[in-house]
Amino acid sequence: MTEKVLMKGNEAFAEAAIRGGCRFYFGYPITPQSEIPEYMSRELAKRGGTFVQAESELAAVNMAYGCAAAGGNVFISSSSPGIALMQEGMSFLCSAEVPVVVLNVSRGGPGVGGIQPGQADYFQATRGGGNGDYHIPVFAPLGIQEAVDLIYEAPQIADRYRNPVMVLVDGMMGQMMEPLRLPEARPFVATEEIAAYKPWSLTGKAAKGGKRRVVKSLLLKPEQLEEHVEQLFEKYALAEKELVRFETIGLEKADVVFVAFGTISRLVAESIELLAAEGIRAGMIRPISLWPFPYAAFEQIDYTTTKAVISAELSMGQMIGDVKMGVNGRLPVQLIHRTGGIVPTSLEIVEKTKAILQGVK
Amino acid sequence: MQRTSSVNREIRESSKRILAVVGHFGSGKTEFAVSLAMRMAMQERPADMPRLALVDIDIANPYFRSRERKQMLEAAGISVYGNAYDGEITAELPALSAAIRTPLEDAGCRVIVDVGGNDSGARILHQFRKYFQQNEHELYAVINANRPETSDIDGALAHLQAIEMETGLTVSGLINNCHLLRETTPETVAQGHRLCEALCRRTGKPLICDCYPAPLFDDAALQALPAGSTGPYHMPLGLYMRESWLDKLI
Repeated sequence: MTEKVLMKGNEAFAEAAIRGGCRFYFGYPITPQSEIPEYMSRELAKRGGTFVQAESELAAVNMAYGCAAAGGNVFISSSSPGIALMQEGMSFLCSAEVPVVVLNVSRGGPGVGGIQPGQADYFQATRGGGNGDYHIPVFAPLGIQEAVDLIYEAPQIADRYRNPVMVLVDGMMGQMMEPLRLPEARPFVATEEIAAYKPWSLTGKAAKGGKRRVVKSLLLKPEQLEEHVEQLFEKYALAEKELVRFETIGLEKADVVFVAFGTISRLVAESIELLAAEGIRAGMIRPISLWPFPYAAFEQIDYTTTKAVISAELSMGQMIGDVKMGVNGRLPVQLIHRTGGIVPTSLEIVEKTKAILQGVK
Repeated sequence: MQRTSSVNREIRESSKRILAVVGHFGSGKTEFAVSLAMRMAMQERPADMPRLALVDIDIANPYFRSRERKQMLEAAGISVYGNAYDGEITAELPALSAAIRTPLEDAGCRVIVDVGGNDSGARILHQFRKYFQQNEHELYAVINANRPETSDIDGALAHLQAIEMETGLTVSGLINNCHLLRETTPETVAQGHRLCEALCRRTGKPLICDCYPAPLFDDAALQALPAGSTGPYHMPLGLYMRESWLDKLI
């Protein structure tokens, strides 16, 4: 175990990607994640990696596509509108089965929006902003340490599924400081080792007479395309079994259960303590994987004591649909939210919770 | 406790009208600047310097800026100057208000200047150069030994030199702000103290104070703080910039 250090979220995310073995970074600066390309521009070359400042996010995702198709371990990052620009690439990466680690340090939207933290990219992340039938595993840590651990693990998940993997944080986590432990660095895969490490990749080194390797997303015969998509969905079915992650606190005999991810889950944790002081038992389901969504967690709710489920979000309510599917009509589902870059106080959450509980009695 | 209460008196008596704070981003410059301003606001001011102002010229950081605490600072009698757009928008526009020069020009106003992080954030001091040529200022560098890039002599020295090269100004003293947020212990402070002392020996600059998170330290912790052979003081930080939920892990 290394000693704890104090790092700004964005620096820590970049360092975690490098330590996770991501040797290539392509990106374009955008607040609130510009410290990531800045860090990569300074650090990657020193460690034997490559940093390229792309001319746009569209260019960055396509550089990632090309590099990862050639077997490079690639990390890309941006913030909401920049991730929106990358969506075409995400769809291509999924179809061509090319693993890339993507980080979204999200901010307020829609449009250019603002630079303060937001969670209104839930639909974009979990429903796919690109075209076609595809999914991307999405993980939403609650703090910098968990983000570091997930970014470190993400290349392995991406490689196993030959699919992009997204880590979704918000600007608050990108900009705040936190004491953390960095994981031990995995060595970069050397260029001459790639062919053995990723036998599907386009290294230009196939043995004479060997099988031709093709990485593409164009399949013009409908039967071929259907078969390809069905194969992708066999992978996604496996992901739905293997990648579901969540945490629960205080569900037993709870009066009310919150569902919250990322930054707002920490505020909710504080609100739960404040509610307890007033004699209200509150619990929480904290989804860590947003896709696949942890519907199974909702079986742990005590439906004999709990009167309401509250989806707490920094958006107009994008996760609430998944929460309703999890609850499946067994309880009323309400929303507590702020948007536009505003983070509520824990007291505000407490007051709104009490009002909701009054209403369902 | 005696040492603690004398901190600001010492800084006030031994230093100049303009106190500018530079350092690595994330080292705790803003917390130091805001805590210093709040403590000075509580103390009696010299007759020839009745006014107190905090100037936020951090145009590098989009979040956690001292002007976010404007209401609290103004209620304490501190004038706050910052971005031309003030609190109306949160963009990191390099658009400083001309009014920033008001306290810098005012001989009757003590000014704390919260500068942006690193050499790039400190570059902005160029346009205020004339205020730093009259021997009326101190330029303090905040050093946090728990920031990976300033955790050893070479890293910390490189940061100091980069800031001095970029601004053309000389750092006149070091502030030890070695911390791990709410996990800070007296040993954390001592660890930073040792680095700063070594840095002082190398550069000939004085160590001005050792900072500690006041809300987290009881009397026993205060007694365990490094004494310091060169006479640095203990500077309590109020954790004004750190909302409690930011340290709430489930």
